[in-house]
Amino acid sequence: MSSEFDTAAAQLRLHDATPAPVTSSPVLRGIGLRKKYRSGTSTLEVLRGVDVELAAGEFVAIVGQSGSGKTTLLHLLGLLDAPDGGEVHLAGTRIDTLSSSKQDLIRNTQIGMVFQSYHLLPELDAVENVLAPLYVRYGMLEWLRRRHDARQEAVALLERFGLGARLSHRPRQLSGGEMQRVAIARALIARPQLLLADEPTGNLDAASGAGILETLTELNQSDGLSIVMVTHDTAIAARAGRVIKLADGCVEQQLTTPGRSAHAPPDFHERPARAGG
Amino acid sequence: MYKLLLCWRYLRTRWIALASVVSVTLGVATMIVVNAVMAGFSHEMQTRIHGILSDIVFESHSLSGFQDPDWHMEEIRRAAGDNIAGMTPTVAVPAMLSFQVRGQWITRQVMFIGIDADTHASVSDFGEYLQHPANRQQLSFDLREGGYDTQLDSDAESEPLRPALENAGWPYRRERVEQEKLWRQQQQAAGGPVRPLDQHVDAVLAATEDPAPPSDTTNSTDLDAAAPIDPFRQARPDEGRTMDPATEQFAGIVPGIGLASFRDRSGVDRFLILPGDDVKVTFPTAGTPPKAVSNTFTVVDFYESKMSEYDSNFVFVPLEELQRMRGMIEPETGIGSVNSIQIKLAEGANLDEVRDALRKAFPPELYAVSTWRDKQGPLLSAVDMEMAVLNILLFLIVAVAGFGILAIFFMIVVEKTRDIGILKAIGAGSSGIAGIFLGYGLALGIVGGGVGMALGLTITWNINNIRQAVEWWTGQRVFDPSIYYFFNIPTIINPFTVSWIIAGAVGIAVAASVLPAFRAARLHPVEALRHE
Repeated sequence: MSSEFDTAAAQLRLHDATPAPVTSSPVLRGIGLRKKYRSGTSTLEVLRGVDVELAAGEFVAIVGQSGSGKTTLLHLLGLLDAPDGGEVHLAGTRIDTLSSSKQDLIRNTQIGMVFQSYHLLPELDAVENVLAPLYVRYGMLEWLRRRHDARQEAVALLERFGLGARLSHRPRQLSGGEMQRVAIARALIARPQLLLADEPTGNLDAASGAGILETLTELNQSDGLSIVMVTHDTAIAARAGRVIKLADGCVEQQLTTPGRSAHAPPDFHERPARAGG
Repeated sequence: MYKLLLCWRYLRTRWIALASVVSVTLGVATMIVVNAVMAGFSHEMQTRIHGILSDIVFESHSLSGFQDPDWHMEEIRRAAGDNIAGMTPTVAVPAMLSFQVRGQWITRQVMFIGIDADTHASVSDFGEYLQHPANRQQLSFDLREGGYDTQLDSDAESEPLRPALENAGWPYRRERVEQEKLWRQQQQAAGGPVRPLDQHVDAVLAATEDPAPPSDTTNSTDLDAAAPIDPFRQARPDEGRTMDPATEQFAGIVPGIGLASFRDRSGVDRFLILPGDDVKVTFPTAGTPPKAVSNTFTVVDFYESKMSEYDSNFVFVPLEELQRMRGMIEPETGIGSVNSIQIKLAEGANLDEVRDALRKAFPPELYAVSTWRDKQGPLLSAVDMEMAVLNILLFLIVAVAGFGILAIFFMIVVEKTRDIGILKAIGAGSSGIAGIFLGYGLALGIVGGGVGMALGLTITWNINNIRQAVEWWTGQRVFDPSIYYFFNIPTIINPFTVSWIIAGAVGIAVAASVLPAFRAARLHPVEALRHE
């Protein structure tokens, strides 16, 4: 399994230890995405040909009413679901038609995901939850070789998010905001170029939610991380550089927030350089 | 990596799953204990069966037997080559054993076997079963001056004693004769009729001279006939002298202990006859048609193989005596006949091969060749069958436990649906997810089987302590030695059987986790993440 992963990783060297080069070409593109759900005899068309584009270093918010298909869109972009029509491109490569093991690899290495209800593994503590993508990526021996560095990296990320005192707490011992920050650290541990966030503040009180948004904004601005965030709250969406509004499975309008632009300083993760990455 | 980690974490946190393997544990423990005890019983039984029988019995179809056992033994050696370790000729005839207990004659049907005291020990463990230590070294048909074992084995206070054997042998015989004389004198002084009440006095025959040829049955006494008035005069007419039972004995005889004793409820053996008593045996002569002859023998020892079929059936006498009494010795040449030859095989020789070789070498119309297993074939195969059926039944218990695991695993998969979604979202493949649950099943199987093995082995090793504790607790005899003829539950742990049981249990646990694992692997990440 791990060797298969490694070969595929070599072929798909979209990402490396060095930060993704900032280009104007879109890092993520959805073209004419369609998705239907069948329940019994009736068919519900959730997405009817949605085009989205995310430039490198951009922070895009997708807003819309409940049932407008925004979460489904995010799942399609994150390869959690397969579109009934349309294409998903990541850094110029079509990814929705790849084999499932390659899609697994892309999810593991290229895309970080954050969910509304955190989705941490209850049996693992904070550091282990952050390390989960690396656990998945590496086989036993590979992991034993890397565990020291990986753990340091996870601890560094958690400390950066102010969780230095919560390293060995289980998720149920953490508050909502803390859990969400652990989840963000988990999404970043694999150093993806892309972060997909599904209502990251939806379950949080205003203060914690604001903290999470602050974190996301900072990741976007100082680290150049490309972010797609789904939210139903236009006030939260206003923090993004661009807002895509979905209604009835179609893009209703796109707004660029004034004063915010897609730019990215080259330094993504603030961490000591590691030999060989 | 995550598979191992999660398996380990699930193992440590899901107590319900551990509960589901309790049945595997119990099943494994039961199977180990039952197999060990059954193997112990079976081994014990085989040892006993084999103890009295030699490896291969070469016998004649006729009661008169065949002449010249030496020639036959040479032929056997020629046919079977180096496979033969020892041979001894025997004569076995059906007979009636009679003895008097408190004036009452008791008659039992027995198999009367003449053995060669010198060579018989080389073909079977017969000697080991005797009650006198010296006889165990070298069997002698002479009555011993006391010293018979009163304790059964060396250990344990729970074992029954045999106080009656304390005085057995010559001291007992002298005492009996003395009492007999006293009683007789009293009776005569009282003027009452003298009735023979004891075989000591009743059946005195000259033992020093050659008895008459078997066709000459003038001296044979019918047991049902009226007992002679004065047994001291009953000696053969040509003998002309009476025998002093206080210093002389008849030909020695070794009956099975089951013929001579019974065990009372307290576990003490009560003896009907003792070494030193005289008994009568009625048996057929070698001629055609056979005639019944009777002779008197002195009990010199008992054997106890603990195989009740043998202990209450076989009676051993010196081969030469029996040959003479049955008329099996050719008067001109002095060559005797026997009706079977007991053969012991060399270490590592194949029982069935030698048997087949002998069957080929000798005409089957005249001789029957059988192994000790053949002789007890139905019994041994019944035990094997019993063991197989028990194993199947017990394995079904473990299999039922498998369904318990299946159900619990489905529950766990449902409970862990969201976690499965998370793992898929961060890039875990379907095979990896299936691996978690298969690994979990394997881990549970190993834990269940391992604990079961520990439990089973502990119970097996301490089964006799447990038995004693249960007996003490309930006041009931769990394991009645008078039924089984041994005092500790015998156990044999076969590592091969144990590993098969463990492998089976682990296999069932893994098999039960296959379906839930597949279900988990096929979960759609989006649906799984939505699951609350």
